[in-house]
Amino acid sequence: MLSRVADSLYWMSRYLERAEHTARVINIQLNLMLERGSQSEDLDWVRVGRSLGMESSEDEDDWSAESLAQSLLYDASNRSSIVASIVNARENARQVREQISSEMWEQLNRLFHAVRRSSPEAWDSREFLQSIKEGAHLFQGITDSTMTHGEGWQFIQGGRYLERAVAVSTLLDGHFHEFHQPAQAGAERVYLEWIGLLRSCTAFEAYCKAYTADVKPGRIAEFLVLHPTFPHSIRFSAEALETAIKEIGREAGSRRAARVERIAGRLRATLGFSQIDEIMSGGLHAYLQELLRQCGQVHGALYQTYVSYPIEAALEA
Amino acid sequence: MAGTATKHTLPAPFHEYELDDAFDEMVDSGGAVRPHYRHIYEALRELTGDELRRRQQIADLSFLHQGITFTVYGRDEGTERIFPNDLLPRVLTREEWTRIEIGLTQRITALNLFLKDIYHEGKILNDGVVPREIIYSCKHFRRQMRGLHVRKDAYVTVAGTDLIRMPSGEFVVLEDNLRVPSGVSYMLVSREVMKRLFPDLFRKCGVQPIEHYSQALLSTLRALTPQGSPRGTSEPTIVLLTPGVFNSAYFEHAFLARQMGIELVEGRDLVVHDNFVYMRTTAGLRRVDVIYRRIDDDFIDPMAFRADSSLGVPGLFNAYRAGNVSMANALGTGVADDKAVYAYVPSIIKYYLKEDPILDNVQTFLMSDPVHRRHVLARLQDYVVKAVGESGGYGMLIGPHSTAEQRDEFRRRIEADPRNYIAQPTIRFSRAPCFLDGNVQPRHVDLRPYILFGDKVTVVPGGLTRVALRKGSLVVNSSQGGGSKDTWVLD
Repeated sequence: MLSRVADSLYWMSRYLERAEHTARVINIQLNLMLERGSQSEDLDWVRVGRSLGMESSEDEDDWSAESLAQSLLYDASNRSSIVASIVNARENARQVREQISSEMWEQLNRLFHAVRRSSPEAWDSREFLQSIKEGAHLFQGITDSTMTHGEGWQFIQGGRYLERAVAVSTLLDGHFHEFHQPAQAGAERVYLEWIGLLRSCTAFEAYCKAYTADVKPGRIAEFLVLHPTFPHSIRFSAEALETAIKEIGREAGSRRAARVERIAGRLRATLGFSQIDEIMSGGLHAYLQELLRQCGQVHGALYQTYVSYPIEAALEA
Repeated sequence: MAGTATKHTLPAPFHEYELDDAFDEMVDSGGAVRPHYRHIYEALRELTGDELRRRQQIADLSFLHQGITFTVYGRDEGTERIFPNDLLPRVLTREEWTRIEIGLTQRITALNLFLKDIYHEGKILNDGVVPREIIYSCKHFRRQMRGLHVRKDAYVTVAGTDLIRMPSGEFVVLEDNLRVPSGVSYMLVSREVMKRLFPDLFRKCGVQPIEHYSQALLSTLRALTPQGSPRGTSEPTIVLLTPGVFNSAYFEHAFLARQMGIELVEGRDLVVHDNFVYMRTTAGLRRVDVIYRRIDDDFIDPMAFRADSSLGVPGLFNAYRAGNVSMANALGTGVADDKAVYAYVPSIIKYYLKEDPILDNVQTFLMSDPVHRRHVLARLQDYVVKAVGESGGYGMLIGPHSTAEQRDEFRRRIEADPRNYIAQPTIRFSRAPCFLDGNVQPRHVDLRPYILFGDKVTVVPGGLTRVALRKGSLVVNSSQGGGSKDTWVLD
């Protein structure tokens, strides 16, 4: 498979995962706004922006809830926005249109046109966010059932789960930084925030099944970081990522695959052999930062092995 | 020059079918339907306008869904358009086709000998058959190709020659497209659509197949595998090099690559190392043997040609010169489809093959010739003026349809740079029935067959028939309001 094609499939998938994640987080935030007074709104949105990886800027103080939410939804120049993610996903798909199924292309194209039609005037439109989530889920279903589960599909998987591991780690880190301090403002409000976090990862119902509706930060951290079979936990994502990377190595038959497999394996093992009380006593923030660093390494190694390798290292045997 | 239209008394849906002095593909000069059009004529009479419209819609949708679009340059954004496809096939008899096929084979053989000659000894120039200055002043002449050995002397591997039919019924060559001719995907796709829309008619007529084009192209490219390639000629690595998704013919590039089962690559996918060409794959670098390139000479290698090209591959020309990779078409073939050189093709055929040309040229006046120039400038309104190095209907003046300002503009341009222009009489080339506005009307058509030159010459029967969809128009280019239709060569 051409390196350029692998690159495009990987990023198409990452951008789509990003759009879906952003849509979910914003939707939850909009719901939370209904529940609480408007005095802290602006600050909340700044936190949301940060937890979505938006770079902080100097005019942060000028951000109003409205302008920030608009920017995250519709501003194509904001790299974290939903519009930018969908446009980028589609642009990557367009570059490899003949490599993906027509059904996949049509669905992504539909999503793209829906996003382009939507207007900032309706910035709190739940329908818009709903259509992004559904559109992304539909695309995943179509991808899984119409595309050969070969090397290209594995790059799609790899992109999705790496993006997910990064997104959940970043979200969790921001949230614990803000709310995991005892005796904070009203207990009810904090309770809602924790449920919001779970919902942002589609984890509320699954969490209740495991721990009942008794919301405790330590349990939430355990669930979202270490749960072995919940698809939005970081551990699950890391395992799926490693599987994809091993499959890519097998399919491509590259002699240089060992390094990226080792790095992905280490990330999976870090999560697989961690216990929540150790994590919490050593500091969740430090732990999540370590995970993010390792995710960055996996991405870098994946690139060096399959996409932008030096010529001398890769002359065929 | 406009023909005298005679109102005819054909029954619906032919009630608006007017004949004039152009050759009509369906009806003879006496107003009778030609025998090879009988089946179609009768089938159309039995179909209602609604039914025809329904089938036209199915055809249009099919093109839309497959994303068969082209890009019009020089306008605003949003210029990706569906290529209009006419519902009714253009029909040729076996005899007509055989003559065309022999004529095209003769022509491409002579042109390949010509290209080899001018890039080596230049005998034809020494013998004064073609003036030296015409060759060396041609903007598509590539000095870098001199003395370079081209695998199997196949300079032009793929040609798409434009033919038109004179009022006499004779086919003549309008232009040779010897660089990167496009349109063959429309030919293949429109055949698929026609078979679905008119299965009975198709069977009844007995149409020669064209589906083997991709296979033939692949064999032709395979024949160009460099000597000493590690995998030999059985499993060479062949790629199709495209400028990318923004190119007007990207659909075709993707289509052909898929049909042949070869990689579709862009310049950035290829690297040159020690004069070998490799493509970047996830499994490492893989050596490339043959490149079917759909990028113009100028952009192929920024180190050898235009340095500002970001589409090409640095070092590719050196690998080519070293004989480690083959390219189809070879570089520098544009010199043979320069419209001034075109005027000499009949002499070129006689010179190399000692044969008379089977397919004639259109009478051509070189504006670099003072006598010709004076003659044409005095009656510009009767002539078609073309820039010698252009194609696709760009840089052209159609005398009878031009305004006085346009003619003045071209007069100035010709006088400023006479070598750059030629003129041809305005020819009212043949017309074929088309389904328009709910009934059948005649429109001017040309014919572009695709010729493959490798170990042997292959011409799939038919080609792309292009239609000037606007009434009275003589311009068939897709960029200028033209469309296409399927071409049936009967068995």
